[in-house]
Amino acid sequence: MADMLLELAGITKTYPGVVALDDVSLRVMRGEVLGLIGENGAGKSTLMKILGGVAEPTAGVIRIDGRDHRALTVAGATRAGIAFVHQELNLFENLDVASNVFIGRERLRGGPLMLLDNRAQHARVAPLLERLGADFAPDTPVELLSIAQRQMVEIAKALSVDARVIIMDEPTSSLTLSETERLLRVVADLKAAGVAIIFITHRLAEIMTCADRVVVLRDGRTVGELARGELSHGAMIRLMIGRDLKSLYLPPQSEPRPGGCDIAGLVTSAFPDRSIDLSVRHGEILGLAGLVGAGRTSFARTVFGIDRRLAGEVRLDGAPVRIASPRDAIRQGIYLVPEDRKRAGLVLDMPIRENITLADLLHHARLLLIDRGSETRVARAQAASLGIKAPGVETQAVTLSGGNQQKVVLAKWLSMQPRVVIFDEPTRGIDVGAKTEIYALMRGLADRGVAIAMISSDMEEVIGVSDRIAVMHEGRISGVLDRARFSEYNVLRLAIGQALEPAETAEDMT
Amino acid sequence: MRKELGLLLLLVVVSAITAAINPLFLSGVNLLDMANLIGLFGVFSIGEGLTIITGGIDLSIGSMFALLGVVFVDLLTEYQMAWPLALLIIIAGGVLLGGLQAFLITRLRMQPFIVTLCGLLIYRGAARYYTTDSTRGFGYGDEADTLRSLAAGHLYGIPNTFLFLVILAVVMGVVLHRSVYGRYLFAVGKNEEAARFSGIRTGLVIAGAYVLSGGLAGVSTVLLVFYTNSVSPSSFGNFYELYAIAAAVLGGCSLRGGEGSIIGIVLGTALLQVLQNLVNILGIPSSLNFAVMGTVILLGVLADQQLQARRKLAAAQASTARAAAAPALARQGQQT
Repeated sequence: MADMLLELAGITKTYPGVVALDDVSLRVMRGEVLGLIGENGAGKSTLMKILGGVAEPTAGVIRIDGRDHRALTVAGATRAGIAFVHQELNLFENLDVASNVFIGRERLRGGPLMLLDNRAQHARVAPLLERLGADFAPDTPVELLSIAQRQMVEIAKALSVDARVIIMDEPTSSLTLSETERLLRVVADLKAAGVAIIFITHRLAEIMTCADRVVVLRDGRTVGELARGELSHGAMIRLMIGRDLKSLYLPPQSEPRPGGCDIAGLVTSAFPDRSIDLSVRHGEILGLAGLVGAGRTSFARTVFGIDRRLAGEVRLDGAPVRIASPRDAIRQGIYLVPEDRKRAGLVLDMPIRENITLADLLHHARLLLIDRGSETRVARAQAASLGIKAPGVETQAVTLSGGNQQKVVLAKWLSMQPRVVIFDEPTRGIDVGAKTEIYALMRGLADRGVAIAMISSDMEEVIGVSDRIAVMHEGRISGVLDRARFSEYNVLRLAIGQALEPAETAEDMT
Repeated sequence: MRKELGLLLLLVVVSAITAAINPLFLSGVNLLDMANLIGLFGVFSIGEGLTIITGGIDLSIGSMFALLGVVFVDLLTEYQMAWPLALLIIIAGGVLLGGLQAFLITRLRMQPFIVTLCGLLIYRGAARYYTTDSTRGFGYGDEADTLRSLAAGHLYGIPNTFLFLVILAVVMGVVLHRSVYGRYLFAVGKNEEAARFSGIRTGLVIAGAYVLSGGLAGVSTVLLVFYTNSVSPSSFGNFYELYAIAAAVLGGCSLRGGEGSIIGIVLGTALLQVLQNLVNILGIPSSLNFAVMGTVILLGVLADQQLQARRKLAAAQASTARAAAAPALARQGQQT
């Protein structure tokens, strides 16, 4: 069983200013399940893009069947038998199962008429579905299938091209427990049939069940490899963490004040069977950590009134507030700096001035007519105090850099009376200098008595900036840490749903 | 403003060429006739423009003219209703139909194209059924003389319709370009999601555009009825929604939403009427009427797009040059 299918040697990938992968080596054997783990941003996705032929490595060699390649193309990767089962499924919901399996390489009949040969496609797909133990037919429309069933379609698609290596990227993140078990059985079957599987997941328990070997990535490097016998949660987490965290912490200038925002029994539509209890005090920055998909963004959207709240309540200084829309939230002084600033934070084709005053326009109007002078004054004052670098406040937001765009979003809220501000990934895609400025702005707000919740997937940021950290796992708060117990290890344990180790467990676990 | 200036220039050039070929173009009678038509068509084109700025469309106004038109004539002749009341009922009728469409679009989340297309079919059918396809007109009586002289009269020789359009354009110009509602319209048209995240009630803003479009269609009905003096339910107002869309698009409204101006829409309407007039006055076979209009719109929008693309390219080059000077920002730009 030891024949090598695929080897990556010394793969390096740099983007301007960022080293995404640094001298990564990886071997995949026939019929083995290779677990690939690492924190958000460790380089897993980049590595997969290189294997899929989407990204070209800056240096290094990809060896397939003893032949060296400098880079793969998408077609080359397919020819080499590499197939993906994506995290976000790439299926056409309006087509049936067989059409999806054969998309782009349809079976034809009728010669020059190029008609689809549906019968041949169905006949070819049926045995694949049977092999996977699927409970649906080749002519079922994909829109009727559950996520787990759609995954089976993706796997069938991989098998239909005789894939030898199937890469599964977070395949179980949206599956129920029984669906997960079923998928793990399919993985075992595929392995028995000689197919190699690269299994990327945050769920270490699944790795323990199915992996023959685990490779750990951190900061774009392979930091360790564990054989089946060496696998344990502790060993894996220890390898995933351990980088030097720069100190970003700006201590509060004032004592935490009484009161704040209490969220009690909040149920979001993303996790209808979980509820969230959380408090943010005035004057503190509460970090909200967790893995991608843990439900943090839908928590923020629900508090802000974008998504429907299924249950629970939000209290501000002890008094319940009714929030059914962003308008309600804004009236209470609860603001959201959204994750996707280009789509939800800004109207890109509007000037800085109009973006800053958009949420507070009635304040700049008399008899419903806008007073541009008042707008310009406020916009200029905000641009100056936040250090927005632009030729003037009439500059279109679209021409600004990411950091300056984010400052415009902030300016919109700072020009009003914030009481609670939720930041969703406030520094994503922003250069280091602007990051530091945004941290200072957040601290300044907190010192003025604003309650701040900061969702962040960047461990350095979450540990470096927060006064307390709440960690979410699959739709609920799995624990809250105070500064004394901040560590990558603790955050990560809570993020993957493990309890803190006994010595560290304390009363504020929820 | 650049777009509007370009359009004005085009209008002047087309007019000058036409006048050079046939000086009758500039005769008082012809100019006043055109002014009247510009007034008639401009009113509902402004309403259409508002719906286009939200990223939607209103295909129903031509049929609204027919339905409201036959009702209006009947109210005045058959029921001998006092004209102020009839006028009010017709405008309210337009507001109601617009509001109904707005409800379907914003509350039930149906596509504007489909909702207003069905409006186009339904109102036309209702008008024809109600009249059993017979033409309604004023007799030789003096029904609503006051209203007639308001709607179809002149002031110092200038058609009232044109004067009305000027007043309406000023009012709507203030609403669109100076008021809170106008800013919200552009914000919703450009990026509905960001508008929602800023606490704007996007549904209400969009609904407002359809209600205004319906209300202005009601006003236009009255003006058009007194222009033609009779309403044939199967042809009255046919294609007028397309004139309105053409005027708005020519005037700088993007069908993607978030762009446009009142002055642009008025200039677009004027250009369309000049083109119609030019076909007549230059002796071009009137069967080519639509073809000429289509060609000019096509060329106009094409030229505008090319100019915009060039401007954008220049802006992009300028910003990469700036980014190259500041390496930290350059890295940022490429990552996102």
